[in-house]
Parts: sequence; structure tokens; C-alpha cells
Amino acid sequence: MSMLAEIAKRPLVVALVLIVLLLAAGELLSPGFASPTQIMRLLIVAALLGIVAAGQNLVILGGREGIDLSVGGVVSLSAIIAGNLMNGADSGIALAILGCVATGAFFGLLNGLGVTLLRIPPLVMTLGMLGVLQGLLVVIRQGIPSGRAAPGLSQFVTQPFLFGLPGIIWLWVAIGLLLAFLLSRTVYGYRIYAIGSNEQAARMAGVPVATIRVSLFVLSGVFAAIAGICLLGYSGSSFANVGEQYMLPSIIAVVFGGTSLAGGKGGYTGTMAGAMMLTVLTGILTTINIDESGRQMIFGATLLLLMLFYGRGQAMRA
Amino acid sequence: MVDAVAQPPRNPGSIKRFIERYPFLPALVIMLVLLALNGLWQPRSVGLVGLTGLAKTYLALMLLAVAQTYVIYAGDIDLSVGAIVSLVNVVIVAFMSAMGGDTITVLAAMVIGLGVGLACGIVNGVVVAVFRLQAIVATFATSIFFTGLALWVMPVAGTPAPATFWRAYGGRILEVPFVFWAVVVLAIMLYLIARTRLAIQLLAVGDDVQGAYQSGLPVTAIRMRGYALCGLFAALAAFCITGDTASGDPLVGGKMTLFSVAAVVLGGSALAGGHGTVVGSVFGALIIGLINSLVYFVGTPSEWQNLVQGLAILIALVAGILIGRRARS
Repeated sequence: MSMLAEIAKRPLVVALVLIVLLLAAGELLSPGFASPTQIMRLLIVAALLGIVAAGQNLVILGGREGIDLSVGGVVSLSAIIAGNLMNGADSGIALAILGCVATGAFFGLLNGLGVTLLRIPPLVMTLGMLGVLQGLLVVIRQGIPSGRAAPGLSQFVTQPFLFGLPGIIWLWVAIGLLLAFLLSRTVYGYRIYAIGSNEQAARMAGVPVATIRVSLFVLSGVFAAIAGICLLGYSGSSFANVGEQYMLPSIIAVVFGGTSLAGGKGGYTGTMAGAMMLTVLTGILTTINIDESGRQMIFGATLLLLMLFYGRGQAMRA
Repeated sequence: MVDAVAQPPRNPGSIKRFIERYPFLPALVIMLVLLALNGLWQPRSVGLVGLTGLAKTYLALMLLAVAQTYVIYAGDIDLSVGAIVSLVNVVIVAFMSAMGGDTITVLAAMVIGLGVGLACGIVNGVVVAVFRLQAIVATFATSIFFTGLALWVMPVAGTPAPATFWRAYGGRILEVPFVFWAVVVLAIMLYLIARTRLAIQLLAVGDDVQGAYQSGLPVTAIRMRGYALCGLFAALAAFCITGDTASGDPLVGGKMTLFSVAAVVLGGSALAGGHGTVVGSVFGALIIGLINSLVYFVGTPSEWQNLVQGLAILIALVAGILIGRRARS
């Protein structure tokens, strides 16, 4: 029995149960909400958030108040770069992926160097970088059109590819497997937990702390860039600040997945469930027929309620 | 403080000690340099009219940065300050336009506005300090809730504020622009609050929460009071926005949240808590304002302005942190 109780307390289990409950609630409120096509649509939207949250998750795991507020800016920038590099032609997809990943890695590298070499707190560094990215977006948008998604990319994101599921969902599953393997079976993964839970001890044990932390920010930029490309495929064309909606939700998905914002504890599997949970919740709110004001109030209140299940701080003890 | 600055440093360690004692000094220097540069490129910008305009536009951000500082003192953060500004803005504008714009109504609206700000602050305090949710995500959730409330009060922007309100904000008392009086009152308020027990208790909690608890401080209540104070100052910021824009807008404050955090860091306060000054945050807000105007005055093409501003703020953030750390090491 106690083992069952232990399992029931695990964030992943809590998240999965909540997802099922939310889907049931959605089906009750508007029949057809939990139909297979709807669930697939929700999965696509969740994958976009989940891919951004993958990078966010790694940065947070690495500790020292790790957080990346610039992900939204990278998503927007990547969407517009991809749109222009492919400009509606399948032949440009490879170049677009290369260009976007390089861009994301570049800004991630700048964040990482600021955090490690200059020892700027991640929140401050990535907040400043967000301002730079937003300015860069304005410059780019003045000079060139927003660009269009290649048909191949749109197909990858929205049309069934294998077993009836679109390519982006398989990509998300692949990222999930890759990170699960990375975090639990490789030296690199162990080192992430090590620097996240006790940086001093990790350094003394010979872990190259700075290099690993920089790599986490680079990966965060890369994942945000990949999400930006997929987002372009989802919506067909990019618009200003399309990525902004991912900044704080990516952090919430990580928290709902049971990863501690203090670092060193958690994993990506839970975050995937967290991203799905947030998406289902948003989906329910858009289907029920109420004002935008009521929708936002319910959303905010529900988020608070759900947070009570997760990551509450320790009570003070003398 | 004035004497301390006037005396030349007697040994190399003195500057360090000054910065340690007054963490806002780097911000003050950066601000004065920016002011000089503004004057160099556009002499009129440092004249009375120019400075009045600067204060009119950025008084709201100064107050919001102060609000954010009290929370950051205790090692917390409030990502809902912008939403509180929006909510108070639409509540007072809706109230004044419903009741007519006479002086009594305006005063009543301000009392209501302060009440709304305080209530929002208490909500934040409860979720962060009592329920022990993580401040970043919890205040983001409350910000969504407050924005929903603001949209409920006023679904679309555009209801005008009564003339009494914005004429007073943009007007003069005894030939001196109102905003300068407001700055003087703000300075006195900050001075008085800095001398209260609460300011020191907030810093003690931010410095070492376990130590504060073990020495018998009511940590939860102190963090709650920090959020409550933050809500009150966010309401004051909303009054200034209302005076400046002369209308209600349910999303007016959203963009200000991250700038308020940036202003606090620019002012030399540590995000980790336990170390900082509200004066620095006021300077930080002015630095952001002066960067924005300088970028405009030097003739940056309009599409490049946001990028140059973003870069300049990033550089100022990094420089401020590096200088402050060097001084403390």
C-alpha cells in the first residue's frame, strides 16, 4: 500500500491523472472535446510548448537559479528566419533548419557566457537578451516580409505521418526519449544533476561546471529555435512576437512536471505531461462559451490551484 | 550622504566602501552620464520642459520599480505588478467616468485604487508566503487572474479619464510642475519607509530566511507585508499612468513588469534579496527612460531604436552587476 501511495505522489502520475480528468471535464462541457482528432490537435499544440520547455527544463535542472526568459524571443526570431529562408519552397527547409538552429545556439551561447564568465544571474541575463531579441525582431520585420512555410513543413506539423500521428508528435517523442536517456544514462546527464544540486561539490569532483552550464543555455536556444520552425509550419506564416506566449508557460510546464526551480531535481518526462496539461486546460477554456475576462480569471485561478499539488516550499522550522 | 560624496576618497578602498554602503552609486553615475549625453545631443531635453516630460512619462515606472524592490528585498519577485497597474487603471477610470469627474470623485477613486492595489498585493502574499508557491510562477498565475478582472471591468481600451485628473497630473502647483511635487513626496515617503522596521525585516528575510526565522521574525507575515506594500505602490504607479495617458486600458501595464525588474537590478539591488535600495530602483527606472530618449535624440532610425535600446539596457545591466560585485569583493 505504501508503495502505491508513493507512486500516487509522483508528479508524473499526478499530471497524467489531471490530464485525464481535464479531458473528461472538457468532454462534459463540450461533447467532442476528447475526440481523437481533437486530442491530436491538442497534442500538436502541446508539442510546440513541450519542445520549448525541453530547453527550459535543462536550464532549470542546471541550478544556480537557472531560468531562460529569452526563449520566447528565440521562437519568434526562428519562425521569421525560417519563413524567409524557405519562403514557401521545400528545397529551402534544410537551409532554414540550419540557419535557425545556428541562430538559437548563438543566442543561447551568449546567455551561457554571460551567466558563467560574467556571473550574471540567469534571470537578468536572459531578460536583457529578451529585450535585444525583441528589438532585433522589429529591425527584421521592417526590412523583409514575414515569409511562408514550405508545404513539406506544414505537412510535417499538421498532417498524419506515421500511425496517424503527424511528424511533430514523433519529433516530440524522440526528444523525450533522447532527454530521458541523456539525463538518466549518460555522464553528461549525471553532471547536469550534479551542478544543479551542489555546484561546489560537483566542481571539486572534477565536473567542468561552466562548460556544462553554457551547453544547457545553448540547448535551450536550439530547442526554442526548433519550436519556432514547427510553429511556422503550424500557422503557415509568422507574425510579430508569436513566441512571446511561450516564455512563462514553458516555465509552468516544467514546474507542473515536478522539476524544482531550485535545480538538480526532476526530469523531462514530467515536463511533457505538464505541457500537455497546460494545453488541455487552455483548450477547454477556448471551447467553453464565456468572455475573455472570465476565461483569464478561470485560467489564473486554476493554475494556482494546480500549483498547490507541486513544488511547494518547505515550511519554516527552527 | 552629501558630505560623504563631497569629500575626496582618502584611500583606494574608500570608493569601494561608498559603493558598498550606497549600492545605488553606480546607477547614479550611469544616470548622470546619460543625462549629460542627452543634454549634449538635445540641450532642450535637460531643460525644465524636457525634464518635466521625462518625469511625467517615467514616474509610473519609477513607482513600479519601487514596488518591485520591496518584494525583491525579501528574495521574492512579483511578475503581476504590471497587471495590478492595469487593473487599478481601469477600476479608477471606470469609477470616475460613472460618477462624474469632480474632485470628491477623483479622491474617492484614488482611495478605491489603493484598496484594489492592496488587495492584489495581499493575494500575492497569500499564494507566495502562506501557500509557499514559487514566486515566479505563482505571481504569473495571479497576473493572468488580475488581467481577467481588468478585462471584466473594461473589455476594451479607450474610456477617457475625467479632465480634472489628467489636468492635475500635467499641471502646476505654485508654478512648479505637479510631477516634481510628486517626486518630492515620493522621496519623503521612501525615506520614511526606509526607516521603518518593515524595510529592515524584509532585508533580513532576504539575506537569510532561516536565520531570520530562528531569531524569531514572523517570516510569513513579513513577506506578506512586502507584497502588500508592493501592491500599494503599483496602485500609485497606476495613478501616474492614468494621468499620463488620460484613459483606461486593461492591458496598459503588461509591458511594464519586466522593465520594473530590470530597473531594480540596474539600481544595484540583488535579485537574491537582502541587499539593495529603493533609491537605486528609481535611478534604474530613469536610466531606462534616459536610454530610450537618448537613442531617439542621436537620430537612430526608428526601426533600429528598439534593438539599440535593448542592447544598451543589457549592457547597463551587466555593467551595473560587475561594478557592484567588484565593490563588494
